[in-house]
Amino acid sequence: MKHFWKHRDFFRRAWWLSGVAIIAALLLMSSGARAQLTIEIIGGGSAAMPISVVPFAGEADFPLGISGVVSGDLTRSGRFRPIDGANIAPRPATAEEVNISLFRTRGADAVVVGGMRRLNDGRIEVRFALVDAVKQQTLANMVYTVTQQQFRATAHKIADVIYEKLTGEPGVFSTRIAYITQQGSQHQLQIADADGDNPQTIVSSKDPLISPRFSPDGSRIAYVSFENRKPVVYVQSLLDGKRQAVANFRGSNSAPAWSPDGKQLAVTLSRDGGSQLFLVSAAGGGEARRLMSSPGIDTEAAFMPDGQSLLFASDRGGTPQIYRLWIGDGRVERVTMEGAYNVSPQPLPGGKGMVFVRRDEGRMQIATMDFQTRQVLALTPGPMDESPAIAPNGRYVLYAGQSGGRNILAAVSIDGTIRQRIGALAQQVREPSWGPLL
Amino acid sequence: MSRLLKFGFLVFAALLVAACSSTPSDEGAPVDERTVTSNTGGADTSGANGGNVSGADVANKGGNELKDPGNILSRRGVFFAFDSYVVEDQYRALVEAHARYLVSHPGARMTLQGHTDERGTHEYNIALGQRRADAVKRMMLLLGANEAQIESVSFGKENPRNPGHDEAAWAENRRVDIIYAGE
Repeated sequence: MKHFWKHRDFFRRAWWLSGVAIIAALLLMSSGARAQLTIEIIGGGSAAMPISVVPFAGEADFPLGISGVVSGDLTRSGRFRPIDGANIAPRPATAEEVNISLFRTRGADAVVVGGMRRLNDGRIEVRFALVDAVKQQTLANMVYTVTQQQFRATAHKIADVIYEKLTGEPGVFSTRIAYITQQGSQHQLQIADADGDNPQTIVSSKDPLISPRFSPDGSRIAYVSFENRKPVVYVQSLLDGKRQAVANFRGSNSAPAWSPDGKQLAVTLSRDGGSQLFLVSAAGGGEARRLMSSPGIDTEAAFMPDGQSLLFASDRGGTPQIYRLWIGDGRVERVTMEGAYNVSPQPLPGGKGMVFVRRDEGRMQIATMDFQTRQVLALTPGPMDESPAIAPNGRYVLYAGQSGGRNILAAVSIDGTIRQRIGALAQQVREPSWGPLL
Repeated sequence: MSRLLKFGFLVFAALLVAACSSTPSDEGAPVDERTVTSNTGGADTSGANGGNVSGADVANKGGNELKDPGNILSRRGVFFAFDSYVVEDQYRALVEAHARYLVSHPGARMTLQGHTDERGTHEYNIALGQRRADAVKRMMLLLGANEAQIESVSFGKENPRNPGHDEAAWAENRRVDIIYAGE
């Protein structure tokens, strides 16, 4: 979920103990240095599993320590607590060398060890093992052959394996996120690794950009650009950078939402009056197919995972509320019943519930609803939280909030217990999207 | 009934409704001067440089009356109350003047840009801004302008006139901007 200070190992170990003050000071110190995202954990984590990631044998010979990235990923997930294993001598590098009782006395429930060495062809062999210290079992034992440029990606993959073995759910450390930055009148659509590292600008504009949405396979991104002095929906390839206007009709074109098969987008068009939902081809061209007619506003569509229905926001009942449309027969059902402003629905993976934005007494919050029980849980305090983007494993929600007069990104666990603030240096960040598992 | 007569009648009716409201006094900011970006040049996605074209058509289409500070046509903002999409009486004369201009200049084209304050989500506010732009457009059509002359679009909360976070700023941001083609 975020990025660290690559060259500040001291902070990498100390950050989770320290408070906001140190983080703020660090932000000041490094402001202007990079436009990368930085992070702090705000609360939670008491149920985190203690894990010791031992520095890998031989990694000191390489510029990037893989074990540090792995440990950082796991810790920032909020589900793990690091136990220092660096000073254990002799330092274990394989599962067999792990002295389990020694790690148990230090409080570790799991131990990660590994090693790196350069092969004759110049590539690097990275191996790691995951040991369950409680059950005294080796849960994973893997070898990767990589180039130096793949170190960081390899570390995220290792963290994904560890996360899945120990939690039973896929990790999202290898996924990507997208977001909009603004500096002065310069707007950029950027894509970064899930930890905020490796940010790349894929669109740069003097006019606003909103609503980036990764395609289901992660190869394309849809977004709304105002460069023609009106909102137009584009789809851009992340492979070659080519893009196409997929909704550029008279009036406003906005709120793109991918169908699960990646072939169509639901969009909001004003071309026939009002704001209404249509389907357009993701390849561009072709006609827009109107989904339904309503006298009010229909917008912010989001497909349910099965593609048979979609959630959307509408004021057809007087106030903005979330509804569900079955595309086959046009049936519409109201989903939110309480409150005067419920918008921006995003279905959870599996479709058993949704994340949305609710406004209560002027306070905008991210909330979840379970479709079965209809129970609503506020995940964030507000006051200006919006644009929820759900991690593909359903465990976290990335969203846009405000802090100290700046637009920031933050993440919250789906149960609301762990919150992380992600600030970018010297610029405004908003409108996150979370890419798929790859 | 000829279009002009019809127009005159509607203006008369509208003026009656508006009780001869005079020039709005609280419409503060002047016309935004902006560079128009070409269709391909606004966003840089592949490293290609998009050229900026500056507007030059205005003079051909209507001359200085659109820019003359003494002319009501130079005023381009219609402001709205919170959560409201109704054109208030104080802006009727302004809307009527622009409708009249469209009627007398059939070649003129205009964009009505709807805007909201910052409260609400990006996308939902696009729809709310659209509702404001549509309200002004509907009034102009009623006054005789041609549908083909007016495109109503929305910026939602993306282009605040006042970047502040208080009621005064919000009041400035709930608006429809009137922009003629070429400006």
